[in-house]
Amino acid sequence: MEPLLVFPEPVPPELAQALDFGGWAWKSAPDIDSARRDEPADGWVGAIVMATAGAELDGALRLCRAIRNGDINVDSVLLLVNGGQLMELDPREDLFDDFCVHPFHPVEFETRLKHVFRRSGNNDDIDLIEYGPLAMNLETYQAVIEGKPLDLTYMEYELLKFLAAHPGKVFTRETLLNRVWGYDYYGGARTVDVHVRRLRAKLGEEHANLIQTIRSVGYSFGRSRWI
Amino acid sequence: MEREQEYVLRTVEERGVRLIRLWFTDVLGQLKSVAISPAELDTALDEGVQFDGTAINGFSRIHESDVLARPDATTFELLPWAKEDEPSARMFCDIQNLDETPFAGDPRQVLRRNLDEARTHGYSFFAAPEMEFFYFASGDPSLGKPQPLDRASYFDLTTADVSSDLRKRTIHMLEAMSIPVEYSFHEDSPSQHEIDLRYTEALDVADNVMTLRLVVKKIALERDCYATFMPKPLNGVQGSGMHTHLSLFKDGENAFHDGDDPYGWSTTARQFTAGILRHAREITAVTNQLVNSYKRIAETSEAPPYVAWARNNRSALVRVPVRKKGKAESARIEYRAPDPACNPYLAFSLLLAAGMRGISENYELPEETNTNLFDLSETERRAAGVEPLPRSLDEALDVMESSELVRTTLGDHIFEWFLRNKRTEWSEYQSQVTPFELERYLPST
Repeated sequence: MEPLLVFPEPVPPELAQALDFGGWAWKSAPDIDSARRDEPADGWVGAIVMATAGAELDGALRLCRAIRNGDINVDSVLLLVNGGQLMELDPREDLFDDFCVHPFHPVEFETRLKHVFRRSGNNDDIDLIEYGPLAMNLETYQAVIEGKPLDLTYMEYELLKFLAAHPGKVFTRETLLNRVWGYDYYGGARTVDVHVRRLRAKLGEEHANLIQTIRSVGYSFGRSRWI
Repeated sequence: MEREQEYVLRTVEERGVRLIRLWFTDVLGQLKSVAISPAELDTALDEGVQFDGTAINGFSRIHESDVLARPDATTFELLPWAKEDEPSARMFCDIQNLDETPFAGDPRQVLRRNLDEARTHGYSFFAAPEMEFFYFASGDPSLGKPQPLDRASYFDLTTADVSSDLRKRTIHMLEAMSIPVEYSFHEDSPSQHEIDLRYTEALDVADNVMTLRLVVKKIALERDCYATFMPKPLNGVQGSGMHTHLSLFKDGENAFHDGDDPYGWSTTARQFTAGILRHAREITAVTNQLVNSYKRIAETSEAPPYVAWARNNRSALVRVPVRKKGKAESARIEYRAPDPACNPYLAFSLLLAAGMRGISENYELPEETNTNLFDLSETERRAAGVEPLPRSLDEALDVMESSELVRTTLGDHIFEWFLRNKRTEWSEYQSQVTPFELERYLPST
């Protein structure tokens, strides 16, 4: 199993212990350069960034941003913060996939680890996204609607995958741009609109409303599981 | 391997794609294609496909003739018209020299370079062209005057006629190829149609224009008729244009918008427009590259021949569409000279460069022209400081030749090749005795 990347060094004993008990392979790194240098052949399975030890919140978010920028090859990020830092996370939600309040309860921590890192494609039983008539095979990059293959470009596929992986969740154009295209993309929010328009056309009239426009916010896919 | 490339390889495998067409464009804007088999795809994505460029217009060089086509995996698309048992796909390519530097004769690389240049100033360039074209019964000039398929006019909803059926099929096909269509309708002239493409980044738009021209022609041929983007195929009715809406975005915001301005128009927009106007005459040889192009640029409002701008005056070369209140995103200008036979990569490169020059040099925007320029006499127009666009390809080439802006934007290779090629076209045209001359002069002299 590929290791998790843990920031910063040294790793507090309770975190190291929780990871070891959970059977997670992990490796710590003091900075971006060493994380890059030590990258395993199949990439990091994900990253745990602590804002409560040494680096503090700003430093931790800087690391998250570096990850999102593609400076380090990591898909998913779990952020550890203390209660006092929670309020400051609000405008920066796109920098991490989930967070956990530290000190944590080991059971909560383990659940979040599974939730964040098992979904990122390294585990065999989750490489299929199904929602209503739509099915996406993440391994073969194929998508079907009502059993009929969809002819998608790479970015259309990536956008649909991201949306379909989070049904019911509303994303702003900026978040979609950052998460699907990456920070170094210049196209602006209009790019997102154009791709949503393309996807709807390809999903066909009947299924175009799988992607909903949320007025003056952004887009969401399907319905929330909670309503 | 990049994920885009992995996506392409995997899709080819999963979907049983038999043939992958690698598309690129010559200097004159003709679409070219090299087909490869799935077995060659891996290497093609990694190293490119080497071919001899000598036979491609504008690709020839004195020393070595081989170039590399590097597929752009993000443009991978299954072709919706391929037979079901023989799926095929296409990717646009960037052309490189064998040492992997950009090839100076590749129009797509020219546009990339100019877009990158604008990005260093924080701008991304968006365009939305309105593509006009005619359907005719045949494309064979030996059959005489082209025969329109219908006699309808502007916005006419014609019932069940061949050409609206063609247009509908075309749009369906375009949407299947990720080309969103904004509007489509019957234009002013018999058998003339228009398809408006949605706003997107200029490189995508240029690729889309190339795809659109192919799709429109292809669908027409399926029904045994012929579609043409020739700028002026018929006497006495208006020709086909490619009015193009332009805007710049900075930090995700429309840089042409300014909420504090009474017209909602930013300084950037004014300077950009000033740049386009100042250099309009220099870029015309490229936006209107055929002998025939200049028969469209005549005294009609659809192809305004005067270098001027206005908000609500369609006789001006640059129109600033009035926006609905609060529509900051849609701030734009419309440049009305280009025709659909142009090379979109080069035309967009020059429009961008002219506009950016206006910004970098703080050009002053001339006064808006509120009078109908067609109603003024030549002298009155001159007094108002309104210059005409070049009246012929010949004149346009003269103006282009002395333009530092055009040379820098296109690069020496394309600049010089284009002038040479087009001078030849002009002199071949000049040496022809036309039916007009025969009819007019043979009986009377």
